Amino acid sequence: MYGKGIIKGLGVTLKHFLDTYVDDIRVGKKRYTEEGVAYRSSKDVRGLFTVQYPEEKLPTPEEFRFIPFLVYDEGEDGEKNIRCTSCGICSKVCPPQCIWIVRSEDPETGRPIPEPSDFFIDVDVCMNCGMCAEFCPFDAIVMGHDYELAVYDRLANNIYDKDKLLKPAAYYQAIRPVNYRIQAEARAEKEAKKATAQSKKEA
Amino acid sequence: MTETTLAIANDIEARFPQCVTPDERGGYEGYLIEAGKLVEFATALRDEFGYDFLSSVTGVDYLPDEKMEVVYHTYRSTGGGAFVFKVQTPRQTPSVPSLCGIFPGAEFQEREAWDLLGIHFQGHPDLRRILMWEGFEGHPLRKDWKEAYYESDAKPFDSRWPVGEIYRAEDENPFKGNVVYPQGFDPDKWTPEGETALYAGMHEVETDEAMHTDQIVVNLGPQHPSTHGVFRMVATLDGETIVKLRPVMGYLHRNHEKIGERNTYLMNIPFTDRLDYLSSMTANWGYVQAVEKLLGPKTAAPERAEYIRVIMAEFTRISNHLMAIGALLNDLGAYFTPMLYALKERELILDIFEATAGSRMMCNYYRFGGLARDLPAGVYEKMRDLAFERLPRQIDELDRYLTENEVVIARCEGVGVLTPEEAIAYSAVGPVLRASGVPYDVRRADPYGIYERFDFDVAVRYHGDVYDRYLVRLDEIRQSIRILQQALDDLPEGEIMAGKPKYSMRVPAGEAYGRVEAPKGELGFYVVSDGSANPWRYHVRAPSFINLTALSKMCEGDKVADAVIILGSIDIVLGETDR
Amino acid sequence: MPEELNSKGYDIPPEMQSLVAITTLDKIYNWGRRYSVWPMMFGLACCAIEMICTAAARFDFSRFGMEIMRPSPRQADLMLVSGTVTKKMVPQIVRLYNQMPEPKYVVAMGACACGGGPFKEGYNVVSGIDKFLPVDVYIPGCPPTPQALLFGLMKVQEMIDTQSLKEVRWYQKGELPAIPVPILGPDLIDPRDYPEFAEKLAKAQAEVTEPEGA
Repeated sequence: MYGKGIIKGLGVTLKHFLDTYVDDIRVGKKRYTEEGVAYRSSKDVRGLFTVQYPEEKLPTPEEFRFIPFLVYDEGEDGEKNIRCTSCGICSKVCPPQCIWIVRSEDPETGRPIPEPSDFFIDVDVCMNCGMCAEFCPFDAIVMGHDYELAVYDRLANNIYDKDKLLKPAAYYQAIRPVNYRIQAEARAEKEAKKATAQSKKEA
Repeated sequence: MTETTLAIANDIEARFPQCVTPDERGGYEGYLIEAGKLVEFATALRDEFGYDFLSSVTGVDYLPDEKMEVVYHTYRSTGGGAFVFKVQTPRQTPSVPSLCGIFPGAEFQEREAWDLLGIHFQGHPDLRRILMWEGFEGHPLRKDWKEAYYESDAKPFDSRWPVGEIYRAEDENPFKGNVVYPQGFDPDKWTPEGETALYAGMHEVETDEAMHTDQIVVNLGPQHPSTHGVFRMVATLDGETIVKLRPVMGYLHRNHEKIGERNTYLMNIPFTDRLDYLSSMTANWGYVQAVEKLLGPKTAAPERAEYIRVIMAEFTRISNHLMAIGALLNDLGAYFTPMLYALKERELILDIFEATAGSRMMCNYYRFGGLARDLPAGVYEKMRDLAFERLPRQIDELDRYLTENEVVIARCEGVGVLTPEEAIAYSAVGPVLRASGVPYDVRRADPYGIYERFDFDVAVRYHGDVYDRYLVRLDEIRQSIRILQQALDDLPEGEIMAGKPKYSMRVPAGEAYGRVEAPKGELGFYVVSDGSANPWRYHVRAPSFINLTALSKMCEGDKVADAVIILGSIDIVLGETDR
Repeated sequence: MPEELNSKGYDIPPEMQSLVAITTLDKIYNWGRRYSVWPMMFGLACCAIEMICTAAARFDFSRFGMEIMRPSPRQADLMLVSGTVTKKMVPQIVRLYNQMPEPKYVVAMGACACGGGPFKEGYNVVSGIDKFLPVDVYIPGCPPTPQALLFGLMKVQEMIDTQSLKEVRWYQKGELPAIPVPILGPDLIDPRDYPEFAEKLAKAQAEVTEPEGA
């Protein structure tokens, strides 16, 4: 019969339309909670699903990567212990070469100090690939989750310097709990090994 | 050298004594052919030895040897390994006979080699620039050609560390732009070349029509809602019928290969994401496969990594085909509803990519010898939900919604027909080739990864029209779901990386051609290493680009409105077409 | 029109004269405009796919009054430069911008459109569309996720809110000059460079030859 296919198609569209409301009613008030978002993008849902950004946001998965940031550990007196040793691996591995590091030097001896005196990332070049974080041996550079970065003036804002890049380790732990735990454990293990080796040497 | 090529090696050497010599450089394969005998040799190869499918043509600039080389990769359309042959030509006046007469699929690839490397192909029907514009100065892929922002031959650049005082490259350039002009350029004396070469032969095309009518030349694109990006077609119309059509590309030419030759091997992986940005996982795989071939068997990926590679590639295929079907229906005028439903499922696949690889589109997930990271908690269950329940259900729904629709049938059936012989001759790949009745799928014809272990059918249809290309994509989604279900059931535990990940490494000298069945067709990477940390030559055999060779063939004789859906049915992505 | 509105014979202190009627009118005017920003259906590269996703059901920018994407520049208010701007494409982009009627806004979406992105060093890539067009909002990211794009679009709306009828460029006297379309020569030529072309050319060529000699 001519037109059968079109009627079938319209039926599918109508079903979609109704299913969307059925889903809404089924979820009820939980709709705007994280649980509701998870449910509405699960396999059981048949209707359409819209995230009501900015009121609600999609949960960001841990591995999500956007613009990298530098991690510092907070000292007891509130001083910032930057993890970065300015070894330069991130700037060597960066595919578009958007990381610029100024290594600090001891003014007297002229030998390098393991802390960058400046650190720049050109956000207009960065491709969010995450290579820097992947190959950093000190877990000092991490891919951030903050994507709300739109600006009116790029020339003034889009080169991130050290101050803008630094974020506390607590923040890192908050956005990437699993990675943070694994890395902390690995570091602790390494240090324990070092300590035993040291004590053996001394003995 | 593969077994099949060994078997015919003696025959070929006997047939062409003197002018065919095996390529004996370390790490290289195939034969060197004398330029004068090339056409005769290629004809014999196609007709007598059965290598009827020309996969890739590209040039290499061997600057230290003062030589240019053109490399051809041919296959049998019934399956099997590659037969590689090369022609060398002096670098000062590079000139090689064109193979367009024997393999029409060489047309665009030879034009690209002319554009980027300046190799002249004698007897080419239409040797114009293809990616850059006519009048551009120089041939950019030559090793001694330098661009405006040139800093050094190889990354990493020294200016970044240890004294990395940041500057913007444009501030260093007097024009504040990414431009460089030839010595002695005077804008007052210069006249633009314009597009006379493009329009030459487009006006007043001879037709068989008894009644003489006025023809008009119409440009579709580069800004056109249905060209899937910045693609342009110049069509000569007789009434509503297309009598001649020329695709114009290069509007998204991002110098992938030039940048790729400056990058280290690892740096190229995220760049391959941006080739076919709808299916970055398969692009990763193709490149990683080529480099793994160079690195040798010690970098073979562990079992679990091989499984995850297949799973990710098949999810990519599904998400790409969903987008392709949605976009095709958009082009048909079913504005946004089918796209909406297709994108709804695609979003769920992207969620998996985002949770695993870190980004929705630019996955950067494959590494030499494994993967970047293991599946995080909860992702496996999500994948199972999708592969076993949601996707089969939703694909059936899409099928119900579209396949029998009378408008879809009326618009698509019998439009843009490509016969099997033409499809092979034009080097068409992927769904375009399989919709023409050629059951050629790299996963079966020349298996890679662990595809041999899975039970699936090669989707094939026989009419070669737009409707069959749509159906092939739908079939392929179903086959991908089958593979996914098997792979997810068998997914073993274990390591995901062979050895320790290294950020910089030297790759043994030689050449390798890695190819995978990307959603759009055979995606090949030709990598030449000189033993350093950066590839000497890095070439992408892009399926979208080469499938377009057949576009004018498919469009001529059809209506102008059909050109849009024929283009949609080829499913191009401009990032890959223009690179 | 603003002049008429502001001279109604009330006794308004001189410093306030230009503001009273306009502020209310501005609010209505901007409220109307902020919820009817029609983007041009115009995709360049990878970011365009994220733009399509933003238009689709899950993120749905029609919630912001942007559902009607116009393929024709004549009917569009917002140009989303979504992807790498190549030299071959830039004449067309400038031409499209010139064809858009005022008021018009430009959003540079993604690293490439902002400043060249990862492909910046390439010979066919323009380092940011702001070299040619006045960009209003820059959205970093490669590519920005749909939510990042929505955030950027909200920034455009905020920007519209701050505009005043009296100051906006499209109600000023005289015609707004069109942006000269770049020319494809041996490399991209910006017509605005013509006055100092010879001087710049000499400088550029000195720079190119110097490092080789050194």
